[in-house]
Amino acid sequence: MKVKALNKNTKNNLITYGMVILAYVVMEILMKAGMVSSLLQGLLVPLCTYVILAVSLNLVVGISGELSLGHAGFMCVGAFASAFFSNYTKEALTVSGLRFFLAILIGAAAAALFGFLIGIPVLRLRGDYLAIVTLAFGEIIKNVINVIFLGHDSKGFHISFKDAFSMNMEPDGEVLINGPQGITGTPHDSSFLIGIILILITLFIVINMVNSRTGRAIMAIRDNRIAAESVGIHITKYKLLAFTVSASLAGVAGVLYAHNLSTLAAQPKNFGYNMSIMILVFVVLGGIGNIRGSIIAAVVLTLLPELLRGLNDYRMLMYAIVLIATMIFTSSPGGQAFRERYSLKALLGQKKQKKEAE
Amino acid sequence: MKKKALSLLLACAMTFSLAACGNSGGDTQAPAESTEADSDAEAGGDAETPAAGDGSVFKIGGIGPTTGGASAYGIAVQRGMEIAVEEINAAGGIGGVQIELNFQDDEHDPEKSVNAYNTLKDWGMQVLVGSVTSNPCIAVAEQSYNDNMFQLTPSGTAVKCVQYDNAFRMCFSDPNQGLESAKYIGENGLATKVAVIYDSSDPYSVGIYEAFRAEAANQNIEIVSDAAFTADNKTDFSTAVQGAKNAGAELLYMPFYYTEASLVLAECSKQSYAPLFFGVDGMDGILSVENFDASLAEDLMYMAPFVANSDDEMVKSFVGKYQEKYGEIPNQFAADAYDCVYVVKAAMEEAGVTADMDASAICDAMKTAMTAITFDGITGKGISWEASGEPNKAPLIVQIKGGEGVAL
Amino acid sequence: MMGFISYLVNGISLGSVYAIIALGYTMVYGIAKMLNFAHGDVIMIGGFVVFTAVSGMGLPPVIGVLISVVVCTILGMVIERIAYKPLRGASKLAVLITAIGVSYFLQNVALLIYGSNTKSFTSVVSIEPLSLADGAIIISGETIVTILACIVIMIALTSFIKYSKSGRAMLAVSEDSGAAQLMGVNVNATIALTFAIGSALAAIAGVLLCSSYPALTPYTGAMPGIKAFVAAVFGGIGSIPGAFIGGILLGVIEILGKAYISSQLADAIVFAVLIIVLLVKPTGLLGKQIQEKV
Repeated sequence: MKVKALNKNTKNNLITYGMVILAYVVMEILMKAGMVSSLLQGLLVPLCTYVILAVSLNLVVGISGELSLGHAGFMCVGAFASAFFSNYTKEALTVSGLRFFLAILIGAAAAALFGFLIGIPVLRLRGDYLAIVTLAFGEIIKNVINVIFLGHDSKGFHISFKDAFSMNMEPDGEVLINGPQGITGTPHDSSFLIGIILILITLFIVINMVNSRTGRAIMAIRDNRIAAESVGIHITKYKLLAFTVSASLAGVAGVLYAHNLSTLAAQPKNFGYNMSIMILVFVVLGGIGNIRGSIIAAVVLTLLPELLRGLNDYRMLMYAIVLIATMIFTSSPGGQAFRERYSLKALLGQKKQKKEAE
Repeated sequence: MKKKALSLLLACAMTFSLAACGNSGGDTQAPAESTEADSDAEAGGDAETPAAGDGSVFKIGGIGPTTGGASAYGIAVQRGMEIAVEEINAAGGIGGVQIELNFQDDEHDPEKSVNAYNTLKDWGMQVLVGSVTSNPCIAVAEQSYNDNMFQLTPSGTAVKCVQYDNAFRMCFSDPNQGLESAKYIGENGLATKVAVIYDSSDPYSVGIYEAFRAEAANQNIEIVSDAAFTADNKTDFSTAVQGAKNAGAELLYMPFYYTEASLVLAECSKQSYAPLFFGVDGMDGILSVENFDASLAEDLMYMAPFVANSDDEMVKSFVGKYQEKYGEIPNQFAADAYDCVYVVKAAMEEAGVTADMDASAICDAMKTAMTAITFDGITGKGISWEASGEPNKAPLIVQIKGGEGVAL
Repeated sequence: MMGFISYLVNGISLGSVYAIIALGYTMVYGIAKMLNFAHGDVIMIGGFVVFTAVSGMGLPPVIGVLISVVVCTILGMVIERIAYKPLRGASKLAVLITAIGVSYFLQNVALLIYGSNTKSFTSVVSIEPLSLADGAIIISGETIVTILACIVIMIALTSFIKYSKSGRAMLAVSEDSGAAQLMGVNVNATIALTFAIGSALAAIAGVLLCSSYPALTPYTGAMPGIKAFVAAVFGGIGSIPGAFIGGILLGVIEILGKAYISSQLADAIVFAVLIIVLLVKPTGLLGKQIQEKV
């Protein structure tokens, strides 16, 4: 019995890995055959970014059971830390592969550090209070990054929290982080292949964590905190672990994001609470705790607004309606009953019964 | 079971969406074609009806925010372009070839802007007019440079928008505006104590402010108070206005858009504070704010490329058409966009490109043509372009008198 | 000193608007246990209705406000019926996402109807500004009305919940909806009533917000909505006096932070204060301490 359960689990995970690899192979073949539109080609790296974000948030929301609304903040930290590194070393380090590898490590480490520091106070709170505090931290990160001015000249680094003049740089100086204008000129190092590799690494980390002793401890805390505590599970340690890993993976997504566009600025649109909520929508729609669902939902919901471009003015309106309708269909008690009655399996079952009756 | 059903549903959706991706090019053509049908009707049918497809029309793409917080600017650009395209098509097109326009939304987001660009590429765009806002424009310029696609931005003011040789702009650049306005204030002795309010989350506003501040020292202007606001915190200006008032500023410099300016002006009146007001080209449009009390803006000065009530025949005709079609007075975004289409036409005629050339060949030809043309439009006369992408045009100082903008 | 008093008055005025919005948030949360992210957009709709009635159709401001209250009340009930009621009993997150969907929906409907150009809102208040200390401090009519309205609403709401039958039904539902149902309280009707009251408050908040800060766009409500949400949590979500205190404090901190620390970091300061308060009192200033049972 136990062996069978394990097999099922492994099989399930293999399907998830396989799906990602298959998607890559199919896309590569189609691209070689020239059958992929520029829009889709341009969307490949963003898709990888969102998939990583969704999977990493699922670790906190689904596995650890904490509602976090500040995930975009960690992405922002990863993006800025790595873009700063890449821009600074652009001339010195010309091997783009090595530079990007280091950038990923730096982005992940910076985001992990923030996740750890923020996690310590935040994880003492519960439920909606935790949600609002993560939202608050996300907004603080965005707000603070918008007032950082950092430049480099012959005398070394200059920093200001007011404006670019206050740095008093030499004329030969270069402004690296220009407050709200952010970082421009980041090398275009992200690619679909690297994105896919990063997704696979993310999946590997998350899936292994879930199926390990650590994962079981985290889920025990989610399901019943007091019972978990009474059997000697160190609550803070495990919660913090999940939170930090998730933040660091979000940082990796940020690295991918930053190296795909030549301009990086912390706007409400890309690193504000709206983005955090969008990632949460991926997780909820894909099924809380369901890793494969997160991947699919992230892909579908990122493509949806692009595919609705033909509707022009009604595009975002349709997106909103689809969102509400899907939630009601998948989550409401009425919708679930409807689905069970008309699901594929039920219909097949009915046919079988009919056949048998005949 | 539940999860399985859900993932099945989502998988189906994905397959569907991927399939739809392939023919999305066909969907997006619909609105553009209808625009064209309208113009054909106006022309009385003497222009030959273009069949959609390569080689028979020039395909011009446009990118800008038509939803989201910055949509007012994107929609104005879209409308300005539509009017220009209709006029050109009615008059026989470019060298007898009709223009087809396709305008895509980018929500004022660099990532969405690149998506919009790729959508247009799939559609077969040959020339790009866009993006409307600076950061998205920088991101798109990177792509258009790689593809060697000719790009003309109506309103991307940041320096880096035109850093590559394929990109040109219609508007003034940020440093240019800051410099010119400081010069104007200093040379005309308008004030020596100046307060500045600026949007620190907007590169446009910061860029102008920085240049203004650098030039202010040369012009004997003292900046007595500077207050920043951000995109998330732009409803309450009471502290900013009070700060300027307490510092005894004689002039309030406002390098940001008219939406926020209308709030600042209302707040000043609330606090009975009446300095001179000086804005930049983003201020143009303040009188078009529906239901705005124009007396609040009396004597407000701003830099603008264009005045809607000018006597110029071209401006009159454009404003009339715009009002008839959309029921409002066009702002400088619409005007710049309108001129953009005509600049593209002029450069195409100069370069002698034909509709069956591909985007890269058109770009190469137009790059050189751009520096050769001299353009008379509604945002200036005798405009010429540097190879760097910057236009040579003189800014106009406009003052609001009796509820109307008057050129000084 | 005069400057400080001026800032304080402005802060209380802004805080009063936050407080009225937060009252709506907190009531809905207390009873339906959901974060109604669309609340801020109902405020925006309220503003647009008054704008249409007063500036478009030339009706007197009082009538305009009444129409807006009626429209928003109905809108609130319709939203509850269509989008939230089917999800009763579903996971909290599902309801949260639906609320976000409703928020996008309202913004885009307003965008389609009114366009994206800013509308300048004519103030519905016609009281002369109060000038103190030889004009060093000027308190506008809008400020006076906003603060008074906030106090009146707070008192009215507290007495409604304490003394009326439906108010006590609300208390019962928020305490334990299952038990309330067993005692003969119509839970669905009570929740609908809560949404109606919350949305009516949103309409009033919309009018006051737009009177003080007269620029109206489809996105006007989003940020005040989030701020008010923060205010509600700050005071202890579910608690009516808490929302009031939280709103006022938030407004004052925001204005003073802008004036004396940094105008760019005003939001960061507000959020940082919230975090510190929650770390000291994990359920907000006046929130109930939840005892955890095994």
